[in-house]
Amino acid sequence: MTTHELEVAVRQRNGVAVIDMTGDVNSSAEVALDTAYDEATANGTKDVALNFEDVDYINSTGIALIVGLLAKARKNDIGVRAFGLSEHYLGIFEITRLIDFMTITDDEDGAIGALERTSDA
Amino acid sequence: MTTMTTPRKRRFLGRKRAEDRAVEPEQARVETTTPETAPVDIAPNDPLLAYLQDDAVDIEALELDSPALRELKAAGVKLAVPLVSQGELIGVLNLGPRLSEQEYSSDDRKLLDDLAAQAAPALRIGQLVREQEAEAAMRQRFEQELEVAHLIQQHFLPKKLPDVPGWQIAAYYRPAREVGGDFYDVIPLPDGRIGFVVGDVTDKGVPAALIMSATRSLLRASAQRLIEPGLVLERLNDQMHPDMPEKMFVTCLYGVLDPSTGHLRFANAGHDVPYVKTANGIEEMRARGMPLGLMSGMTYEEKEMTLAPGDRVLLHSDGIAEAHDPDREMFGFPRLAQTMADVKPGQDLIQHVLTVLEAFIGPDAEQEDDITMVSLERALGGESAPAGDDDVLADFELESVAGNERMAIDQVEAALGGVGLKQTRLDNLKTAVGEATMNAMEHGNKYQADKPVHIRVLRDGDTVRVRVHDHGDVVELPEPETPDLEAKLAGTQKPRGWGMFLIEKLVDETHVTGEGGGHTLELVVRLEGGSDDHA
Repeated sequence: MTTHELEVAVRQRNGVAVIDMTGDVNSSAEVALDTAYDEATANGTKDVALNFEDVDYINSTGIALIVGLLAKARKNDIGVRAFGLSEHYLGIFEITRLIDFMTITDDEDGAIGALERTSDA
Repeated sequence: MTTMTTPRKRRFLGRKRAEDRAVEPEQARVETTTPETAPVDIAPNDPLLAYLQDDAVDIEALELDSPALRELKAAGVKLAVPLVSQGELIGVLNLGPRLSEQEYSSDDRKLLDDLAAQAAPALRIGQLVREQEAEAAMRQRFEQELEVAHLIQQHFLPKKLPDVPGWQIAAYYRPAREVGGDFYDVIPLPDGRIGFVVGDVTDKGVPAALIMSATRSLLRASAQRLIEPGLVLERLNDQMHPDMPEKMFVTCLYGVLDPSTGHLRFANAGHDVPYVKTANGIEEMRARGMPLGLMSGMTYEEKEMTLAPGDRVLLHSDGIAEAHDPDREMFGFPRLAQTMADVKPGQDLIQHVLTVLEAFIGPDAEQEDDITMVSLERALGGESAPAGDDDVLADFELESVAGNERMAIDQVEAALGGVGLKQTRLDNLKTAVGEATMNAMEHGNKYQADKPVHIRVLRDGDTVRVRVHDHGDVVELPEPETPDLEAKLAGTQKPRGWGMFLIEKLVDETHVTGEGGGHTLELVVRLEGGSDDHA
């Protein structure tokens, strides 16, 4: 298996900026993730959803990048959701306690729904 | 009384025609004898030869500046009758004074000339028979010497190669007619390691065979005592140098293989560079060192590598690369490397090289030099020899290049294909292996590409161990800071620092050791039991 540099795309859905990620979340993903976050939050969006459906590999540096993104979001009072994580990486998010600081759902509808419910609340 | 003498000894050169003698003066000497004196040699440039063409020569009457003439006169020779066969002076009849003390008459001379004309062919036949006998004797001596050289060489080549589980070790040796001094050896060493040697003595025949046998014996003795191949060659060189005949030396490659791991160390005393075929292609196994016996006090560079399953090594002698085709083009090292590159998995490497070589040199060509090959091949799959009680499932090295941890993960996963590790535990181990490899590349090897990460996957019963070894300076590693996500989110702790934390959470046990020129992190996962909910 070769490494796949992360490609990102940002789209809006129901007021949520969805960051679609394809490839590996490792050290080489830093610029792509930063750029995507800036783009996602540029127009005042207060909610970001990270789409991990097409991510096969996350290493500790990738975890650190997600931590960095989450820290930035918290500072700016932006909510972060994540969906599409494999069972294994869901476990990693539990070990690292990332799961305690972001809403994790199985799929995009769940993430948006969770957001809607959060908004309704 | 008249005495008649013929040359007592005849040398090859006597066969030369008189007019050719100036061309090969050393060889064109004709001896004459008298009963009382030693044979008289006539030098090829002696002017007397011009007179010894056909008829009898009156020596007393002849005035010449000729050493041979002076000798003949001093010996009391009166008449010299040339013995000529087919225009070639083959001897001279020297006659003293007649007993009657009368001069030789013209009738006497006629009689002597007739006699010489008839005697010369018979003498020539006698000479030819003797020459052929002498040549046959010389040929026989030469053949005997070859036979002795062959016997010595055959005696000191291994009769049987050691049987090493998980490895195919093969050797091939075919001497040239004039035995060339090649040798090889495969030496079982303590702890199950295997030493292997290919060498070549400069010279041929018996002298080369004797030096080869001495080299082989000394090397065997040193190999049992010393572990490092470079030291073995250093010792060998110092032992051989004082007694080495002038203009002789020995080239020699010596390597030591640990069959349980595929780890190979080698040093080279000026021998042809071996090749290794790995998944990445053909590589030369270079290590610097002077041939043995030239100078004392030499040191030998030592190199090491690890052979993965399917990797092959070929040691060879110059009889292959320096073989010529009918147009005198050399086989050459590039062609040998390409031949090795072309060999298919499962194909006999040595046989393949021989087939290509024979097609190159042509069907009837005589072999120019000894041909020697030793091949080592690590068997594919889980046929590797056990290391202690462990089965070695994989053993490989990776360059310290960012991203290579993915290759480590893939290779470990492939190695664990048949062990029955549950998917969740396998996924956890894969991530741990990736993190351990990254740590080894980054913190141990500082991302220096020439410092590889060495990974072994072992299984003992229901326990799988993955050992990740780096080449970093062995220092007491600081206890990694336990990552605190709240602190990281608050910016009081750096976002990074998850690697070791993850590894410890994802496997059953971890062990860090700092020895053998670097750190080894061992990850332990049990097939059964333990909790599956690490993650």
